[in-house]
This record gives sequence, C-alpha cells and structure tokens, in this order.
Amino acid sequence: MRGLSEEAWPHASDRQGRLAENIVYFARALRAAGIPVGPGAVLDALEALQAAGVGTREDFYWTLHAVFVKRHEHSILFDQAFRIFFRRRGYVDQLLAMMLPQAPVPPQAPQAGATRVHEALFAGLDDKLRKEREVEFDARMTVSDREVLQHKDFAQMTTAEIAAAKDAMKRLVLPFAQVRTRRLTPHPHGHVIDIRRTLRASMKGGGDFIDLRFIGPKTRPPPLVALLDISGSMSQYSRIFLHFLHVLTDARKRVSTFLFGTRLTNVTRALRERDPDDALAACSAAVPDWSGGTRIASSLRSFNKLWARRVLTQGAIVLLITDGLERDTDDTLAFEIDRLHRSCRRLVWLNPLLRFEGFEARARGIKTMLPYVDEFRPIHNLQSMADLVASLQDRGGGSGDPKAWLRKVA
Amino acid sequence: MNEPSPRPLPASINATVALLAEANYLADRSLGTVLYLALKMGRPIFLEGEAGVGKTEIAKVLAGTLGRRLIRLQCYEGLDIAAAVYEWNYAAQMIAIRVAEAEGEHDRDRLEHDVFSERFLIKRPLLQALELDTAGPPVLLIDEIDRTDEAFEAFLLEVLADFQITIPEMGTVKAAHPPVVVITSNRTREVHDALKRRCLYHWVGYPSADRELAIVRAKVPGVAKKLSEQVVGFVQALRKQDLFKAPGVAETLDWAGALSELDVAALDPATVSDTLGVLLKYQDDIARLEGSKVKELLDQVKSELRAAE
Repeated sequence: MRGLSEEAWPHASDRQGRLAENIVYFARALRAAGIPVGPGAVLDALEALQAAGVGTREDFYWTLHAVFVKRHEHSILFDQAFRIFFRRRGYVDQLLAMMLPQAPVPPQAPQAGATRVHEALFAGLDDKLRKEREVEFDARMTVSDREVLQHKDFAQMTTAEIAAAKDAMKRLVLPFAQVRTRRLTPHPHGHVIDIRRTLRASMKGGGDFIDLRFIGPKTRPPPLVALLDISGSMSQYSRIFLHFLHVLTDARKRVSTFLFGTRLTNVTRALRERDPDDALAACSAAVPDWSGGTRIASSLRSFNKLWARRVLTQGAIVLLITDGLERDTDDTLAFEIDRLHRSCRRLVWLNPLLRFEGFEARARGIKTMLPYVDEFRPIHNLQSMADLVASLQDRGGGSGDPKAWLRKVA
Repeated sequence: MNEPSPRPLPASINATVALLAEANYLADRSLGTVLYLALKMGRPIFLEGEAGVGKTEIAKVLAGTLGRRLIRLQCYEGLDIAAAVYEWNYAAQMIAIRVAEAEGEHDRDRLEHDVFSERFLIKRPLLQALELDTAGPPVLLIDEIDRTDEAFEAFLLEVLADFQITIPEMGTVKAAHPPVVVITSNRTREVHDALKRRCLYHWVGYPSADRELAIVRAKVPGVAKKLSEQVVGFVQALRKQDLFKAPGVAETLDWAGALSELDVAALDPATVSDTLGVLLKYQDDIARLEGSKVKELLDQVKSELRAAE
C-alpha cells in the first residue's frame, strides 16, 4: 500500500499486485456489507482502473462505483464502505495528500446504510481499532433509536410445523389465475398462423403440402405483492404468514413481500432463500421494528411512493395482511388505500380478526379501508389459506365481498 | 454538427465530458467516468433513473457527436425475436421454393440452403447493430427495457456479453467491432441481475441547481437570465416537496420554453398556477400546491435568489 502512494497511479506490474490485493479486500468488504460482488467484478474493476488512468480520488471512486454498483440502493452502501475502507488503510488519503489540498467528499449528516456497513466492516476487528471507530459512528447508531428496536428471534420450526407447511405447499401448487400476455406461443387452436413453423414443417415434404401451424396468446400468473403487518397486535400470526409467503415465493416467480410496522421493509430477497429457517432468520435480521406499533397510512404511503411503480406493473394482485387496527387517526389512510387500489389489478385484504364469530367492521381503520378493497377474507389457519388460494384461482366468490361487512354495521 | 463525420473515441474522462458538452449535454463527472469506461472497455451502459432526466438523450448525443449511426430499439410488452432481432421473409421464401420447383430443382439440402440465406433475412435493430458501418460501430439504444417482460431480457444476454447473435438456420453472426450499447430503464420493475452484471451501471439523478441552470441556458437560449434563475429555483424547491412525481429536467425545459413563449419576464403566483400542468402530471400533486402554497414557495425562491446576489 505504501508503495502505491509513491506515484500517481500504478501501471507497473509490481504495483498492480498490490492494487489487485486491495481491490479484492474491498470487494470482500462490499460483499459483507450486502452488495453482491462476484469475482468477475473484481477483474472488471482492475481493467476499469487501468483503462481510466485514474488520477483523483473522485475518479477512483466513480470508476469503482461504475463496476461494483448495480442497483441504485447499493449506492449508499458503496459510499460508506468506500470511505471507511480507504480511510482505514490510509491508502487514497496518502495519495490525495500529494495531489489535492483536501478531500473532495465533505463530511455529511448520518446516512442510512452506515450501520450495516459499519457492522460488516468491523465485525472481525480487535477492540482497539473498534474503539477508535466508535467515536465516529456514535451519532450514526442513533438513526432509529426512537422506534422499538426489537429483533425478533425465530425459534427453530417444530417437526409438526414443517409437516403442516409442506402440506400447505402441496395444496398451493394449484394453478393460479392466469392473465393473457401480449406474447404468442405455439397453440393447437391458436388464431394466428405461425409462418416460421409452418414453413419448416412444409419443408419436410419438399414444399408440396403446406401444413399450417398456429400460435395463440400465452397466459401466465400475474405478479403477487404481499404487504404483511408485523406489529404487536399481529405478532402471533406474523411467523406463520411468513412461512406462507415463503412457500408462495418458492412455488412461483414474481412474488414481492414487504413487512410493515412503523416502517416499510422489503424482504423479497430474504424470502428467496430455499430453506424456510434461513429465510425467516434473514427476514428477522432485516426488520428493525418487529412487534412495535402500526402506522398503516404512512407505511402504505411509502409503498405507494417508492415501490408501487416498481412492483405493481403487469397486472399485479396485492395481498394486504393486517388487522386494520390503525393508531394514526387522520384521513390520509383513505387516500393511500385508494391510490393502492387504483394502481393494482386486485386488492385482497386478509384479516385474521375475521376468525372471531362476532367480528364486526366497527374499528375506524377497518371502516376506512373496507370500501377500497376488492376482497375481504379471513386468514388464521391452513384451511383459510387453502380458501385464499382457491379464491386466487377463480375470480372470487361472494364470501369475500367487502360491502357485505359494511352493510352489517350500517 | 450538421454533417456528422466519424470521430475517434475520447481519450480521457475530461474529453468525454467535453464531447457531451459540445452537443449541449452537460454531464457531471460520475456520468463522464462511466461513459468513458464503457467506451474504452467496450461494455454496455445501463442507465436507470426517473422519467425525464435525460437518459435517452445521452445515447442520441453520443451518436451525434461521435458521428455514428443511432439504432433505437423501443421496448414494449410482448416484444419478441421477430421484432427485435431478425425475421425470415416468408413470402419471398415461398416464391423461391415455387420457382425452384418449376425449374425442376428437387435437391432438398440445396433448396434449404438457398432459402435460409442472407437474401431472405429481414434484419431488425439488434442484428443491424452488429453490422459493419463505414462511420464506425453504431450506437445501439435499447430504450425502457423495464417495459418488456423477463423473457426478452434473455435474448439480450448473448448480444451484450459477446456481441453476437445465433440464428439457428444460418449460424452465428458476430460483430467485428462491438457497437456502443446504451440501455435505459425507468425502474418500473427490477431488471435481472444477470443482465446488469454485463453492464456498467449508472443512476441518473436530478441535476444540482447550478447544472440545471446551465442546462436551461444551453437548451432554451431565448430565456432571460432572471426568469431562468427563478424557474430553476422553483423547480428545485418543488423537488424537495412531498410529491408523487417530482418534475424532471425535461419538464424544466418545457416550462422555461412555455414561459418564454408567453413573454413572461418574471414569475408570479398566478402564472405559475396557470402553467403548473407543464411541471406536474398528477392531479394529486397539483391539488397539493393549490392556494397559498405556490406563493409561499415562490417567495422563498425569490428571497434566496436575492440573498445570493
């Protein structure tokens, strides 16, 4: 490293070795911070650094950024990792001391992502180094201290639960409702002649007969988006619902899952783990507000604003799993649920409270949300899950009609 | 710039930024770095960002300044190989078969070889981009890739990794010189990691006030200095508001153009309210700014501008 700072940037091959080493370590740090960086990217980075002939910290930064960052949300993690990594190694700083009067990146307010990067980078360091760094990161650790930071520890699944989940999975491999796409596929009773296949088939007979082949519209299940309430009042159900969503994610493509209590968390990637225990542990680790309060309106708001346009395309069905007991009591909830309803194909509200015999839609939050949902269904055991799957298959029966519940209390 | 002539690729990051500036595209350093690397390393560029921040424009400007041909593939749902890569000219093939028969040609291998030759191949944008061009490799713009379905992304993998296309009847077509590939996405859905891995990624964000002002001056030359400052100040303030869709650079330019058409010398609340539809495209957002909110924002912008003088 020391050798590197002696000249502007290494082109000689002995320097190259050190540079490669550092990039490998940096890539490892990025991986630990949650940016998926493969060995191919390391080679790309070395090639890019050579190609760019980097002279300043800014160019160095953006060159590595161009190669390692493949998603906008990783940008912030990269920024933190870059600053911590290259400061600790005194690497770019020495370089800069010769080239620039000061570092071009000004100190900034605490940023999201700092905690994750910090944990990833300093997990294995000895206490002395840790102490030095803690002074700087004190302020950043307090980003979310006002919320109930309760990490829920999932117990291992019991054998009976595994059996039940497997049982549910068997029933879930039923065909889901299919929607027509614009794409065409070979079809025995299709409406369009597939000239390409027709011609090939005719070629077999030397072109004397023209054997017509057809194509018709292709169908596929629409995307599914699940919004799961993990607040205190739902805590006894959230775990089994996560299992349910894991099974759904496993059984079909295009399932996005979001958890919300006081804030919204996207756990789609965590649920892609094959093993249910790993998947649930990953979810638990990703969510800071387990079993806290509920802010349905603000969670829906952030979903509508940040995610709706990204996951609700191509006719998505939304499963909203919540008891509807809202703490905030203003009129933003109606606005947000209305927007959600208008931007998806079908909005299905699954409410575990419906299991109680005498349930009536009296709570304010429930009354506000009911007019905007297409279906209102119970979900509290495997049987109700099976009913739900059946309703996703055909286009809903009378039992899920939300207006019936509103008429009851009117 | 009227008669585009082929030019060599820029030799440094500074040269790349300067090249874009020639065509009035003011890029920041990070975009310049990514473009330079992409040109130098021969890798596709994946540009993501909100609508109206100038993603498509980058490809157009690159083609214009480098004097290369621009080949554009607009993506839509259901886009398939026949529309994007190649198709056989079936009618001509049928005629060729009939003619061959009439001439007494019955050698099936020979017939097949003749019928599936380049003569009967209709080339679509992706295949065109691999062809030799006198002006140098063309710029291939794959616009709004998030509008197609996942199936189409798979077609692109071979093209982007090796710049080649396999046609089962003919063999593999490989580009002698890889084209400059620019892919844009509005992020209405996540594009698969396998595709992104082959590209250099860049998020095109909203520009800073200084850069946006420079963009307005470069693109709408007729607009007065004071008005352009107010327009940019107001749009920047608007982006800090809690809106469903913040206005992009394209909207800023439209608005500046509209105001200068209306012979407005300085912004006042009534004019802003009347022309708000140029900036905001959602009724909820417009409703949010009704009443005194516009005046409030405008006063804030004006006092900031006075303070800066």
